Amino acid sequence: MDNFEGGYVRLSKLTTPLIASVLGIVSTPLFAQQSTLNMTEGVTGISNTVYNLHMTILYICIAIAVIVFGIMFWSLYRHRKSQGAIAAKFHESTTVEIIWTAIPIVILIAMAIPSTQALILMEDTSEADITIQITGSQWKWHYRYFDHDLEFYSRLTTSQAEINNEVEKQPYYLKEVDNPLVLPINKKIRFLVTADDVIHSWWVPAFAVKKDANPGFINEAWTKIDTPGTYRGQCAELCGKDHGFMPIVVTALEPEAFDDWLAQAKITANQQLQAEQQSLTKTMDMPTMMTLGETVYNRTCAACHQAGGQGIPGAFPALKNSPVALGDVNKHINIVLQGVPGTAMAAFAKQLTKKELAAVITYERNAWDNNTGDIVQPAQIDTALTNSN
Amino acid sequence: MSDIKIKDNAEQMINSTSDLHHADPHQGAEHHGAPKGYKRWLFSTNHKDIGSLYLWFSLTMFFIGGAMAMIIRAELFQPGLQLVEPNFFNQMTTSHGLIMVFGAVMPAFVGLANWMLPLMIGAPDMALPRMNNWSFWILPFAFSLLLLSLFTEGGGPNFGWTFYPPLSTKYSPDSTAMFVFSVHLMGISSIMGAINVIVTILNMRAPGMTMMKMPMFVWTWLITAFLLIAVMPVLAGAVTMILTDKYFGTSFFDAAGGGDPVLFQHIFWFFGHPEVYIMILPSFGIISAIIPTFARKQLFGYHSMVYATASIAILSFTVWAHHMFTVGLPLAAELFFMYCTMLISVPTGVKIFNWVSTLWRGSITFEVPMLFSLAFIVLFTIGGFSGLMLAITPADFQYHDTYFVVAHFHYVLVTGAVFSIMAAAYYWLPKWTGYMFNERLGKWHFWCSLISVNILFFPMHFLGLAGMPRRIPDYALQFADINKIVSIGGFMFGLSQLLFVAVVIMAVRGGQKAPAKPWEGAEGLEWTVPSPAPYHTFDTPPEVK
Repeated sequence: MDNFEGGYVRLSKLTTPLIASVLGIVSTPLFAQQSTLNMTEGVTGISNTVYNLHMTILYICIAIAVIVFGIMFWSLYRHRKSQGAIAAKFHESTTVEIIWTAIPIVILIAMAIPSTQALILMEDTSEADITIQITGSQWKWHYRYFDHDLEFYSRLTTSQAEINNEVEKQPYYLKEVDNPLVLPINKKIRFLVTADDVIHSWWVPAFAVKKDANPGFINEAWTKIDTPGTYRGQCAELCGKDHGFMPIVVTALEPEAFDDWLAQAKITANQQLQAEQQSLTKTMDMPTMMTLGETVYNRTCAACHQAGGQGIPGAFPALKNSPVALGDVNKHINIVLQGVPGTAMAAFAKQLTKKELAAVITYERNAWDNNTGDIVQPAQIDTALTNSN
Repeated sequence: MSDIKIKDNAEQMINSTSDLHHADPHQGAEHHGAPKGYKRWLFSTNHKDIGSLYLWFSLTMFFIGGAMAMIIRAELFQPGLQLVEPNFFNQMTTSHGLIMVFGAVMPAFVGLANWMLPLMIGAPDMALPRMNNWSFWILPFAFSLLLLSLFTEGGGPNFGWTFYPPLSTKYSPDSTAMFVFSVHLMGISSIMGAINVIVTILNMRAPGMTMMKMPMFVWTWLITAFLLIAVMPVLAGAVTMILTDKYFGTSFFDAAGGGDPVLFQHIFWFFGHPEVYIMILPSFGIISAIIPTFARKQLFGYHSMVYATASIAILSFTVWAHHMFTVGLPLAAELFFMYCTMLISVPTGVKIFNWVSTLWRGSITFEVPMLFSLAFIVLFTIGGFSGLMLAITPADFQYHDTYFVVAHFHYVLVTGAVFSIMAAAYYWLPKWTGYMFNERLGKWHFWCSLISVNILFFPMHFLGLAGMPRRIPDYALQFADINKIVSIGGFMFGLSQLLFVAVVIMAVRGGQKAPAKPWEGAEGLEWTVPSPAPYHTFDTPPEVK
């Protein structure tokens, strides 16, 4: 159990009895274990404020409900015709009308004041220590550390076998990624949120940050995390077929640990870059490329074009026996690198390494009886990229 | 409303009407009975027949949309993908929303308006009977188009009933044009229906029925009709821009061409929020008719009810962006829309307080329409509470696009709008069919619905608060138990509605004869005509004093 779930458990001890008693939901053992009854208090000042606003308005609503429904049910009980009740004649009273207009307005004003204060605070993105650019695309997140020359994609790692109920589901089913976003605690972090294709929404409940990622526009949000730990969220705006499969995982570290991580991440990125350069000089053989290609294809392309290359008729074109996969290899390379404007086909030039691009195109040209025999080399990808720039 | 007095007392009227028909059933074109065969329905200009057509259509759509909800709940019964592909799941959520909003709830209210407005204001028919025919007969075509799109290559609409671009433009299936055309047809039908309602109410009221003597159902429908005329063209504009963006290279909503995807959301919700009230204001009218009847006491605060309805309608144009708090609005806009949204709870509260005051010191009985109306008051108010919570913008950042929102709008739409429609159906079935319905079966329907609907929707609040987004076909393990409960509630609620069909069919076929006024405490002109209401009523307008 990491801190995030720890927070849930603590929370549930407070709220379960209350809600269960008020609402008459009694299966406490079920809910106590799962602790899925209430909003998280979260791990930021803002998320605590939001939680308190939520609880305040909830209590106000419950109080009004008890009074109004109390009067109503008392009336239903006492003024039954079967008990000999005779209807009264009154049907108007300006005084009570004014009273029950005025009292709600007073309650609303009392509620609006703290809400306004919280909102002003939430929208103040000034004086940030770190800026992260978050880009949503179908169906993954991309994080870029603005001041640190570091960027990477973050994808779901839950296996297809788990989703299809073929193997047992792991504890963080659908809430685990390959590269979590790593952030320092006690620093003001500014998020710049945008999207490549459709609208997504970046949501981490523990931070009370939910911001839509609109293609072509940049939204701002911020957080300041109090406690180290792992925090999980999900895309919150319907973004197509795999909307349910693009989670967010944030690892919050002490500032020193964060600096270490950052240095290490840069070294790793550099090594990858060098390996990339070296791969350009090598000539790869078919089995290597097919193996790597299949892995990349299933991770990146199969969501739309399907594992068998058959696509989804009317939505995503087939690659098996397609003119693209069987035709001019340079055209094929260009489509994969640059995407197809006006369609769901994204540009993959920056999402994959040159070796991966070469492998996946090789795979598409030789899998499923396409059998063109073409082996695309990383150097060809490099040439195509240079030409297009 | 008790100050409506009919010149002739009810019994005299009934006698004179039936005398008329007995004396000369073929007295001329104005007084012929119902035509026989399919022509009666296809060419109908009779408000009662068209009302029945609307109601049957709505019931059919309720079951088609409900079947889709069953598929959704079956897939969500446990984590993992079991029954359907994610893309099909999205088609189900989209079609379920569109069909329930435009196919089930709205036509049901138009059907009730057709049947009851002329009877309530003492008019012989709707003012524009041929347009009435057309506005109904567009609907089967509109919905056939929508349903057929599910069978095209690439599938039907899968972008949510709110169809946000670019998901609904660049990334949508080829069938999007069918969706757009279908929504256009629905809009045309709604606008014609609304024009008819306004013209009828403003011009065809019986002598003496001043505006402030109209039953609340008439008032709420008048205001609803104005809302429809105001916002349906906005929806038409939105879908047209989607159409041209997708097929004709415009860039209204594409940043690459100088457009803005958020612009769409402003346009859509400028339609969408008044639309929400279009689906609830007639409910207020129904509840305001039923509660006084079974409390045997005049509606409390009639005037303030009228003003509250009008206030809600006007405010509904100033709150649209509360559906968009996370979209990146400026602070000033977030504050404005938060305050306006909170303000709506004031007139809505007035209505609740008025109904409770009507019950207070009444002489209450619990017939089926009353049971549904009482459930409406409590459960709609719960939906109102969650609405108030959603209005608090900082908290909305946590609630937005989660199951908390799903719970909220199903409380106001299912236990709100749909329960009120059920109440109305039970209330006026004796007038429509001439027979009393099976009270025992009706009560079974009520209690099964009441229990299951809360098992279905109440736990959704917890799912949302704990972080489950809406519109996902699969979910993390922490949500598994509650989803299972919700699905069981869903299946129970779905099955319970078959009881309703049984009650209605039994009441159509026969039973205990209903008197002109089957409910002791009922008031209003509709109870002065016999049950079933003759094919033509109020040829001579009654006089209201």
